[in-house]
Amino acid sequence: MEIKLKVDASGLSCPLPILKASQGVKTVGSGELVEVIATDPGSVKDFAAWATSTGHTLVESGVADGKFRFVIRHK
Amino acid sequence: MDETISIVLFSGTDDKLTAAATLAAGGAALGRPVKIFLQYWGLNAFRADGIMADHGLAPEAGPAGRAAVDAAAKAGQAHWADTLRMAKELGEVDIQACSASMDILKLKQSDLDPIVDGVEGVAAFYINAGEGQIVFI
Repeated sequence: MEIKLKVDASGLSCPLPILKASQGVKTVGSGELVEVIATDPGSVKDFAAWATSTGHTLVESGVADGKFRFVIRHK
Repeated sequence: MDETISIVLFSGTDDKLTAAATLAAGGAALGRPVKIFLQYWGLNAFRADGIMADHGLAPEAGPAGRAAVDAAAKAGQAHWADTLRMAKELGEVDIQACSASMDILKLKQSDLDPIVDGVEGVAAFYINAGEGQIVFI
């Protein structure tokens, strides 16, 4: 499925990656995908916790081109 | 479980203001209601004419801490006031000034940055905190 929105949070420290992700997810419809790129080393655990708490699905959590890449499906 | 997070912000140095803004923004991103109660020097930092000014750091920062914080700011770390503004746009973040501190500092709400939603006393703060956690910074 195609990515509906890409959010670049590279270089931003906590809590900005999850803030930007939350802002982005609000703008897409139910079931649509948002990709977030981040460099904050805390973001792997943060995105997992954020998804658990908000009910959105963390479809992917990995590393791409030396940065963290997350794909979130809006609940 | 009451998910409301209430932060009593007493301290007015930029490091502690940043820590409080981080907790508030994280709570907002998780969809939790966040209440911030501004007292004394925390309140003083929200003056309309000085919110973006240099508020210094806690004494334990020292010169090395000052250099580290300056480097983070230069690298693009958001100012705490901007983090709070973003948190307010995103979620339910309510910022209230302590009425007693307003009196001591001779402040009116019009002296404060519009990011501050209102003025209340400690009883209202406790009632709004409900059964949720209260953090003191």
